[in-house]
Amino acid sequence: MTESNKLPSGRTRIESLEMRGITKRFPGVLANDRVDFDVRAGEVHALLGENGAGKSTLMKILYGLYRPDEGEILVNGKAVHIASPTDAIRLGIGMIHQHFMLVPTMTVAENVALGLPSSRGALTDLDHVSKRIIELADIYGLKIDPSAYVWQLSVGQQQRVEIIKALYRGAALLILDEPTAVLTPQEVDELFAIMRQMVKDGHALIFISHKLHEVVEISHRVTVLRDGRKIGTRPTSETTKQDLANWMVGREVGFAPERGETIPGMVRLQLENVHCGSDRGTPGLRGVSLEVRSGEILGIAGVSGNGQRELAETITGLRKITSGHIRLEGQEVANFPPAELTERMLSYIPEERMRDGMIKDFTVAENLILREHHKRPFSQNGFLNLRSIANHADQLIKTYRVKTPSRDTLAKNLSGGNIQKMVLARELSRKPRVIVAAQPTRGLDIGATEYVRAQLLQQRKQGAAILLISEDLDEILALSDRIAVIYEGRIMDILPRDEATPEKLGLLMAGVHPEEGAPVVK
Amino acid sequence: MISDLFSVTVLIGILASGIRLATPYLYAAIGETFSQKSGVLNLGVEGQMLLGAFAAFYVSLNTGSLWLGLLTAMLVGALMGLAMAYVTVNLQAQQGISGIGFYLFGLGMSDLLFQRLMGTVETVRGFPKIYIPFLSDIPGIGEIFFSQNILVYGAYLLVPLAWFVLNKTTLGLKIRAVGENPDAADSLGVNVGRIRYFTIILGGTLSGIAGASLSIALLNVFQQNMTSGQGFIAVALVYFGAWRPAGVLGGALLFSMVNSLQLWMQVKSVPIPSDIAVMLPYVLTILVLVATVSKVRAPSALTKPFEREN
Ligand SMILES: Nc1ncnc2c1ncn2[C@@H]1O[C@H](COP(=O)(O)OP(=O)(O)OP(=O)(O)O)[C@@H](O)[C@H]1O
Ligand SMILES: [Mg+2]
Repeated sequence: MTESNKLPSGRTRIESLEMRGITKRFPGVLANDRVDFDVRAGEVHALLGENGAGKSTLMKILYGLYRPDEGEILVNGKAVHIASPTDAIRLGIGMIHQHFMLVPTMTVAENVALGLPSSRGALTDLDHVSKRIIELADIYGLKIDPSAYVWQLSVGQQQRVEIIKALYRGAALLILDEPTAVLTPQEVDELFAIMRQMVKDGHALIFISHKLHEVVEISHRVTVLRDGRKIGTRPTSETTKQDLANWMVGREVGFAPERGETIPGMVRLQLENVHCGSDRGTPGLRGVSLEVRSGEILGIAGVSGNGQRELAETITGLRKITSGHIRLEGQEVANFPPAELTERMLSYIPEERMRDGMIKDFTVAENLILREHHKRPFSQNGFLNLRSIANHADQLIKTYRVKTPSRDTLAKNLSGGNIQKMVLARELSRKPRVIVAAQPTRGLDIGATEYVRAQLLQQRKQGAAILLISEDLDEILALSDRIAVIYEGRIMDILPRDEATPEKLGLLMAGVHPEEGAPVVK
Repeated sequence: MISDLFSVTVLIGILASGIRLATPYLYAAIGETFSQKSGVLNLGVEGQMLLGAFAAFYVSLNTGSLWLGLLTAMLVGALMGLAMAYVTVNLQAQQGISGIGFYLFGLGMSDLLFQRLMGTVETVRGFPKIYIPFLSDIPGIGEIFFSQNILVYGAYLLVPLAWFVLNKTTLGLKIRAVGENPDAADSLGVNVGRIRYFTIILGGTLSGIAGASLSIALLNVFQQNMTSGQGFIAVALVYFGAWRPAGVLGGALLFSMVNSLQLWMQVKSVPIPSDIAVMLPYVLTILVLVATVSKVRAPSALTKPFEREN
């Protein structure tokens, strides 16, 4: 038995970890209300709950980032005191955060070595660290280059750095807070393979996700939180996706939104042969042409990193195009400043909402008027009209069900999903004529996802032209009237919705034209 | 006349004094590089230099020991750094404003002490020149590089040392991480506050030396407001040097060489209004800053206070 209580990294297993009666209050919010939670070596315990249910808070308490107001934590049956991440790391607890904790200007090895004692005393021992990274990467089947700079890595690779960071520190228990939200389906498969390996070796894993099929696939037990309170824990084998959905939301949820028919009208957004660069100096877009009509949703499908971000940024004026035309309602707007595009009723739901969609240190009410703050009724003769701003905020918080203690709460204190609802409320409430929506439901719970999709369909019905960029094929298929596939900065093809099958799209997304390039089957 | 101005001897003189004049900038700007690398903008450098200059001068004058004077300057700088660190880390003050406050404190305090304790301008015999054996005998080169006083040599040794600490040690790794992404550093158990305390106090100590280098090694007097903006130039040099010690060195040399040239022109009564000549280095700094600053990125967390939980 002595052999088997060690992990491949050489560290002792955490046979069991128990959180008892955890309570955490923030100003105006009871984020965790006497929550019990436990996890054992060799299992994946999924933590489910709507946006703002208190999942990240509970995990941050376990990792020593927040201090609980009440409750205790036991490791292998013994009470422990976790006052800081240092304590957690010492106990063998690692965490992959919902928003990555990496230093982009440093290399992978430097990110891993940060904060650790070095074998060379005061000097860094990056060669040694790199060697160990490669060893660990081999054990767990992670591909990673220790000398690469983090800013050069794709999101999936960055996540591997986070996992390596935890393993390097001898994590016996790993918390994964929405690790799959930003991954492509292939990357999710890779992550799951790594997780299965870790479980086999005796790690304890906590897994948070809003995607129920993932929870069903990977976890052994599921715990559901609602409004900070624990609803219950069950073995995953005794539940189904639908069960979990109902249990989590407390009511029946439907998965497929009602689309309804619309008749596409005038062309509101038109791109003609658009070229632009990317952040890495490579071509971002290479001759993109497309149109979106009033009352229509054009879905952009593709594997991440094929020009989706550049596409969204050129249309919204955040990135210069090098040649081509962009027209809004027939008028040339290429390289116009964003303010001008705002005037023309273009709305944007950005992919990186923490960076591009909000101002963290502004209140919810202030964030809700970012686009219209200079106009009546929010401002008159250069003075802000605080009353109308407040009313506006209260109304949007209510209609869009943004969960926040008050309109004066700083936006950075909202949970991930509620930040997205806030952005959505601002962008959709102004009756936009063109909407660019990039990954609009990423990180949202199923109730909120259902709601956002219904909102987009509602806008479509009201005559907006919507460009929907998503890496989630289900979402594209559920909402789009037509589907364009983007690959290496080019539009491979545009298919009407009823001709688009996941197989066809899959081939196009890999850069293969089904008619021309499909392998011939004898 | 122009040919007279640029004879070889004159050129050597200009270069030698340029090398010398870069000294206070180097100490102050390398110190500021450390604090900015960890995310703290210290605008109080000028005040720290002034108090350092006074402390060094006054102690040297009264004890006859230049080393004791230097040590006192370092101590005074470190104490100012400690106060700045408390205000920045614990009270999470707006760094630009508190830095100006520390500048004004240093300016006023050094003047008050000067009036109270001395009253008149006096001089000391500063650190003597040290002639490096053999090297100082090389014609030209010897006079420019190897016939300087100890604080000048120290300033130039500081540059590779700072590079080494920032890039090759675990401490440097922590400093850089804290300035780029303090949340990430914190989540790995790095004590963000302690690192910033360290860099701010180090910066203060080096500013103290910078002040001392003026009052007991280069000019050997103390006068009210004798730094005349050099601390602020040092802050600008950090931006100019793109937060790299070698870049800071380049900036400091460019600035001091132009300054040295300008001084010679005045000595030689070149027919340029002296006001314009004096302006030259400053105008140059502004121009170079304008031309370079947009291309490099400051540490992401610069001026941002860090807190874990509200
Ligand atoms: N630092 C903070 N200050 C104030 N309130 C906070 C803070 N962190 C979280 N909250 C609040 O606590 C509640 C729970 O947030 P938490 O981030 O744990 O939710 P979550 O379940 O992880 O949601 P999501 O799925 O959207 O990530 C939310 O109402 C949030 O607004
Ligand atoms: Mg969360």
